[in-house]
Amino acid sequence: MSAPAPEPIRNGEVVLRVEHLVKYFPITRGIVFKRQIGTVKAVDDVSFELHAGETLGLVGESGCGKTTTARTILRLEKATSGHAWYRGRDIFTLSGGEMRELRREIQVIFQDPYASLNPRMTVGDIIGEGWRVHPGVMPKSRRRARIHELLELVGLNPDHINRYPHQFSGGQRQRIGVARALALEPKIVICDEPVSALDVSVQAQVVNLLEDLQDELGLSYLFIAHDLSVVRHICDRIAVMYLGKIVETGDEYQVYDNTAHPYTTALLSAVPIPDPAARHLGRRILLEGDVPSPADPPSGCRFRTRCWKAQGICSEAEPELIDRGQGHPVACHFAQVEFDPARRGSSQPG
Amino acid sequence: MSDRDRERLFTSSPAPVVASFEELEAEPIIRREGSLYADAWRQLRRRPMFIISGILIVILAVMAIWPGLFTRADPRACDLADSLLRPSSQHWFGTDVQGCDYYARTIWGARVSITIGVLVTACATLIAVLLGSVAGYYGGIVDTLIARLTDIWFAIPTILGGIVILRSIFSTRGLLQVSLVLIVLGWPTMLRLVRSAVMATKEMDYVDAARALGVRNIRIIRRHILPNAVAPVIVYATITVGVIISAEAALSFLGVGLQLPAISWGLMISVAQNRILTAPHLLLFPGAFLSVTVFSFILMGDALRDALDPRLR
Amino acid sequence: MATTLSRDAVAGRPVDPAAPLLAVEDLHVEFRIDAGTVRAVNGLSYTLRRGETVAILGESGSGKSVSAQAVMGIIDSPPGFVTGGSVRFRGVELLDLPEAERRRVRGDRIAMIFQDALTALNPVFPVGWQIAEMFRMHRGLPRKEAREKAIELMERVKIPSARTRVGSYPHEFSGGMRQRVMIAMALSLDPEILIADEPTTALDVTVQAQIMSLLAELQQQTGMGLILITHDLGVVAEVAEEVVVMYAGREVEKGPSLPVYHQPAHPYTMGLMDSLPRRDVHTERLQPIKGSPPDLLAIPSGCPFRPRCPYTREICTREEPPLAAVTPERVSACHFWEEVSRERAGA
Repeated sequence: MSAPAPEPIRNGEVVLRVEHLVKYFPITRGIVFKRQIGTVKAVDDVSFELHAGETLGLVGESGCGKTTTARTILRLEKATSGHAWYRGRDIFTLSGGEMRELRREIQVIFQDPYASLNPRMTVGDIIGEGWRVHPGVMPKSRRRARIHELLELVGLNPDHINRYPHQFSGGQRQRIGVARALALEPKIVICDEPVSALDVSVQAQVVNLLEDLQDELGLSYLFIAHDLSVVRHICDRIAVMYLGKIVETGDEYQVYDNTAHPYTTALLSAVPIPDPAARHLGRRILLEGDVPSPADPPSGCRFRTRCWKAQGICSEAEPELIDRGQGHPVACHFAQVEFDPARRGSSQPG
Repeated sequence: MSDRDRERLFTSSPAPVVASFEELEAEPIIRREGSLYADAWRQLRRRPMFIISGILIVILAVMAIWPGLFTRADPRACDLADSLLRPSSQHWFGTDVQGCDYYARTIWGARVSITIGVLVTACATLIAVLLGSVAGYYGGIVDTLIARLTDIWFAIPTILGGIVILRSIFSTRGLLQVSLVLIVLGWPTMLRLVRSAVMATKEMDYVDAARALGVRNIRIIRRHILPNAVAPVIVYATITVGVIISAEAALSFLGVGLQLPAISWGLMISVAQNRILTAPHLLLFPGAFLSVTVFSFILMGDALRDALDPRLR
Repeated sequence: MATTLSRDAVAGRPVDPAAPLLAVEDLHVEFRIDAGTVRAVNGLSYTLRRGETVAILGESGSGKSVSAQAVMGIIDSPPGFVTGGSVRFRGVELLDLPEAERRRVRGDRIAMIFQDALTALNPVFPVGWQIAEMFRMHRGLPRKEAREKAIELMERVKIPSARTRVGSYPHEFSGGMRQRVMIAMALSLDPEILIADEPTTALDVTVQAQIMSLLAELQQQTGMGLILITHDLGVVAEVAEEVVVMYAGREVEKGPSLPVYHQPAHPYTMGLMDSLPRRDVHTERLQPIKGSPPDLLAIPSGCPFRPRCPYTREICTREEPPLAAVTPERVSACHFWEEVSRERAGA
């Protein structure tokens, strides 16, 4: 199956479709002969679409499966079942060589600016490494000049091409990571917590950079994060994950201002607003206890053990992710838009 | 959070607390140019431990390659009439039972020790790096096989195993035979080290980044994993040279290592055992040289460990 | 948690009943390392009263954590040295105390909790044992009694099934639970001040909310003062009465949180407020502060924020700005705070 000639992306095209993605990790015991004694259900039936030029946010707390989802799409992990289509091509069935070709199109930016760059390679080598694998993208004679261009594009001094990562700050290293991702001229960039490890004053720089690049280069982003404020700002649509499943999706007004799933409500209410005047507004919902283990998720609705609305049906039937009248898909038997007095932004009806 | 590795620099007392290095790791004015190895070199140059051990090792190496620079006497020109002479201006270290100049013999003994130390360490390291990186990187059944094989091998005690193998298999035991046995017994420890260093490096994000670019496994191992995993191996290899030298001496001392007429400090010490009280110089000089040699390599290893510690970057 | 120890003296010296709980004045801390001198804290002052929460807000390289460690007296010396200033706990100067006396204050009167409970707790001892140790060591309680007190404390910090979990090890708890264990240990001796160094940074946001709520409740019950070290402007807004904004080791703005947030009087504070996205409103375009926090080995001359400041003038390179009184309760370290505030209000 040879790669079809790349067509230009049409407006609104679905560039990435993930369908019923499942990733389980076996828990094994034994030294010589490993026995499987359990399974961590990290991603358990996740489906979504990413449109051209869009930023889709995948949010949740630790252990919800958002990073595993990204890694599985990139085939850094092998999916247990499910499909992921890039512009109609089934990513999981591609051969080694075909997958390597496809990697041009889907790139990634990592969270940790200190661990995502090889400390023994110069910045120039780091950015240009992709061209060694895909020589057709950039002829050798043009490479050095292109690295200079990329460094400028991400706001770094092109003279630093022979410097090593440890000579840069965290924010600058993150920019190098962006330049590396862009070197192959991808269509989709998966951003795995790209600003979480940065200082507050630097986060905004990188967020703006990502937005500008998206406009300039027509990129689509899968934006994975736990910081709900950043996600609201940069994402066009958001999918909220809990224990391996998506519980709510929608645009910023639907998910943030017309929240319908109790977990999303609790999650949002827990995010402190940087305004002392907002202190006593809004009901702060405190969830009891810890997140259940993904090796042994609750039956039916996974959130029911911490949910104040839980009833009998919640332990018997898993709620589907469908629109139940709120205008956006919610996976809850008792989905209802809650009024939050702390919300002062424009709330468009869902 | 990501910065734990860099937090180790300033520790505080007495509570179990680590002062936050994150505070100090701000926007760098470029303090250090160049690669991490250049940095390490600059740091090493100023350390007394490195300088001392470095000088000693250089002297020993020169001694091994050009023993003639240190002594004009022929270590094999022995005159029985001169047997067991005390140190004097004619024979700086005295003479041994056969009447050979002991100083010359001691100097020439360096060649055997250094050669075996370096040769065995180099070969064992090569095997360990090849097998260890494959085991650590690919994991799965390959790793299980190699790791379990190593474990079994590891259980063989070095000196005892050396004695048994050398006695039973080889009729003549020269440099090559002894080296071979030490290589065969020495690679397991090295392999475990390489394997664990590779396994740790494999988890780094920049390896994932390379995979996401489509870089092939061989290149990932060569360019991303090994350069970053090699620091503990370098340290351990340096120390291993000293250990091997010591092991050869022990085997020769026990009579299962090199045989006469080879010149080895171990052999010399072996011969000297019976005459400790009457001719202590027989034991003293090769013993001292052996100790200093082993010590310098271990000292060098320590100095390198500090300089190559990635946490201080 | 009643103790029968008298609290009228600190290390043998009588307390000043009129003095605030903690008064830090012009604190200076430096680290002397191979590469030079790191000036981690360059003149920090604040006061903490009973029942109050003071937040020390800053990013990396601001010196916030180091300043707290100086108050606790846990800076490793060498390479760290407190080179100036005073730290008075109820009127008693802590920096003058000999180490033995300092140790008695530490943990007992002033306690600290850290960001990463996993490294702060000893992994080889059960959690209950570590909490009980506080009672055994400092109060001389026998084992059984100390253990009971440990269980009591674990229940107080809302660790479920405390009685059964008292024998569990730190790694068997989740991040949030470990943090509660650390809080329990810190509270065991009824400290008058709790210093929390980034207590929730490593936690999920829902767990963060639980922990902050727990701290608020405990503070209400005991009346202890809380010093919160953080970079999170949201957390500060939620809990702090007073906020000290630190940059390059010095305070650049200080005052009650509401006016500081609503009418910041320093370009750095303004920059921080403008660069934040919000979860409750749509934000159009973020206004970042250009550049990065400075290297403490080479702090820029004059005003350290100068290279990143949009309002910088010639004098900013030459002279370090003094702390100007914006109101009787607020200060700002900017030469032009009045102009800048006016410009911002008008814009």
